[in-house]
Amino acid sequence: MDLSAINPILLIAALMSAATPILLAATGELIVEKAGVLNLGVEGMMITGAICGFAIAVETGSPTTGFVAAAVGGALLSLLFVLLTQVTLANQVASGLALTLFGLGLSSLLGQGYVGIKPPRMGDVNFGPLADIPVVGPILFSHDPVLYVGVLLVAIVWAVLRYTRVGLVLRAVGENHDAAHALGYKVVRIRTLAIMFGGALAGLGGAYISLIRVPQWTEGMTAGVGWIALALVVFASWKPWRVLLGAYLFGGITQLQLNLQGAGVAIPVEYLAMSPYLITIVVLVILSADKSAAPGSLGRPFHASG
Amino acid sequence: MTPLLSLSGLTKAYPGVVANDDVSLSIAPGEVHALLGENGAGKSTLVKIIYGLVKPDQGAMQMNGTDFSPPEPRAARAAGVGMVFQHFSLFDALSVAENIALGMENAPAMGALSEQIRRVSDTYGLPLSPDRVVGDLSAGERQRVEIIRCLLQEPKLLIMDEPTSVLTPQEVEILFETLRKLSAEGTAILYISHKLEEIRTLCDAATILRLGKVVGTCVPRETTARDMAEMMVGKVLATPSREGTAPGEPVLKIEQLSHASPSAFGMPLREITLTLRRGEVLGIGGVAGNGQDELLAALSGEMRSPAGMISFKGSDIGPKGPEARRQLGLLAAPEERLGHAAAPNMTLTENAMLTGAAREQLVRNGFLNWPAARSFAEKIIETFDVRTPGPGNAARSLSGGNLQKFVIGREVLQRPEVLVVNQPTWGVDASAAAAIRQALLDLATGGAAVIVISQDLDELMEISDRFAALNEGRLSEPLPAQGLSVEQIGLMMGGAHGMEVAHV
Repeated sequence: MDLSAINPILLIAALMSAATPILLAATGELIVEKAGVLNLGVEGMMITGAICGFAIAVETGSPTTGFVAAAVGGALLSLLFVLLTQVTLANQVASGLALTLFGLGLSSLLGQGYVGIKPPRMGDVNFGPLADIPVVGPILFSHDPVLYVGVLLVAIVWAVLRYTRVGLVLRAVGENHDAAHALGYKVVRIRTLAIMFGGALAGLGGAYISLIRVPQWTEGMTAGVGWIALALVVFASWKPWRVLLGAYLFGGITQLQLNLQGAGVAIPVEYLAMSPYLITIVVLVILSADKSAAPGSLGRPFHASG
Repeated sequence: MTPLLSLSGLTKAYPGVVANDDVSLSIAPGEVHALLGENGAGKSTLVKIIYGLVKPDQGAMQMNGTDFSPPEPRAARAAGVGMVFQHFSLFDALSVAENIALGMENAPAMGALSEQIRRVSDTYGLPLSPDRVVGDLSAGERQRVEIIRCLLQEPKLLIMDEPTSVLTPQEVEILFETLRKLSAEGTAILYISHKLEEIRTLCDAATILRLGKVVGTCVPRETTARDMAEMMVGKVLATPSREGTAPGEPVLKIEQLSHASPSAFGMPLREITLTLRRGEVLGIGGVAGNGQDELLAALSGEMRSPAGMISFKGSDIGPKGPEARRQLGLLAAPEERLGHAAAPNMTLTENAMLTGAAREQLVRNGFLNWPAARSFAEKIIETFDVRTPGPGNAARSLSGGNLQKFVIGREVLQRPEVLVVNQPTWGVDASAAAAIRQALLDLATGGAAVIVISQDLDELMEISDRFAALNEGRLSEPLPAQGLSVEQIGLMMGGAHGMEVAHV
């Protein structure tokens, strides 16, 4: 066993990258749930985004176009969920599960010609001399642009929910859709937009796995990250900064246990592999002990009556 | 002078029912106009049309002599119509200021808005702090949030749908002062209520609806409450009556019952002491959320109590569950009919089975006796005039009032020795309410003891022998109901809630 093989600077830099897919998907789902909708299809939208982004990046040679396509793909798939839950008022849990299964199948179909291909690389953001600062440089200033977009989105989502009228209306719709309707807000329209935003971010998160983390296409490559993102939103008590914290904690422990496995620690691999899930859940459960409750209308179907 | 708002020939039909049929009325500036009618008479639909939530099939509205047909509430608000909803349209997790901002077209920044809220609440004597979270407010305070939300838009017409049903008498006084002030400033008020005495003290004119049609108008100050009620119902009302009986021996004793509430936002019960005698009706009043649900749960057995706190016919029943208590003769009917008193998707026969199994011998050796259950359900339907095609219909298909008759009837027909009911006539029309009250009185005459928990003080005064009030989980000393004054009752209920929080 050789713990000195673990470089803490590289570990921290890698955890930010490992956390980004979860962070993107969870931030999107946070907005969806704040609007009162429970979309369990995150995994399906992520994997669809992963293949859409991968295919378009390979065809056009531009990773940026690939990411845009991933967001569009995720949002388009989420429209299916909109149709089921907002128009035909189907059960949200069943519809979300169906969306995940559908997305997994659809992505396998779309990805048949792309197995074993290398996608174009997305370069890191050039911060010039900042990247040369010891310790801070490699940790903070040596990443691809999508990672920064992810962190920026958390800040934007937080500020919008807290300080803007759009955020207030969104929270109101999620809190009590009947009251919001009585005041004349368009519940279904606001929810549709929120669901599409969630789909787009899940798609981005999926493409981050297939274009940057791995980078290649294999079937089912999101491997449950969408479910982690869903759980994260709940354990983070629907607060954006806690989602960031939870995602980094999860990413960090995932990276650490991989390094520990590499260093040959005398703990069975299975225990190491389950540790990120356990520790993230324990920490967030302790944090969520305060009385921040779920949005009041979460998961309830809305039908404008009378 | 031109009326502020005039409606002519408004008609709105839903599948199977005409909610409004050729309704016309007009309101002058500064007038307080009452809209009267039973449940389902079409009052709510009418005000939703005025507020732009519902589009009429026919008819026209005019505001200040020009055509007025708001496509959505936004347009109605812009035209000067404000509405205070019956079921408060508030968001529990948001602050007072955020709630008010949501109801405004061009909400100012939060700081400026808080300032405005303070100013309006001072002017109209409605104390309210803008930073508090609405979920923590009392019913009276929540209503102030709605009223202030309307007032900030400087409405020309304020619609109030059943505003006093959740207030203490003192809070009603404060509300009426505010409304009179508004009316004196030229704001017209359209006031919907069941409470006829209130309408007589407050309103200048009244329009009475029955089954969607205007059946009459009157000047409330010059009309008796009884006449108005009969116009609403369309027939002569019977007043519940009973022969005077002396209360018998004690049957139920509660001693120093304290218990935390099972729900997170509930009210704990605090040192409740009570002796109930055979043949008496005890009325328990109080503003909703002061321990009514918890008291019912403690008596029905849904919430078990430590030994020695509740005794029934001399035996300690605190630790016993609902089924055991039912077998002994202590029955209860909770407030929430769909989901608590009745399982919505099960048939009336099945629902009759659910509470009647033990006392009506509907179960033998663990097997269900369907024919007996069905005939028990049919007996309830017949005795209590429940309007339904038959006992095979799901509980959810009944209207609120009909289901209420069913769930009360189901308990009454099981020959209880003690019956506890919460809000027995909530949402039930006047003639059915009278029938339910009569059944409760007959039960008492037959030697059973009845506890009626209700928000409706008139109802409690009408049927109770003794009256007590719940306030913050404490039960006041029960007093003979005869001769209690409104002030005394108000004080027992805790006076005006939240008056002291104004000075933040």
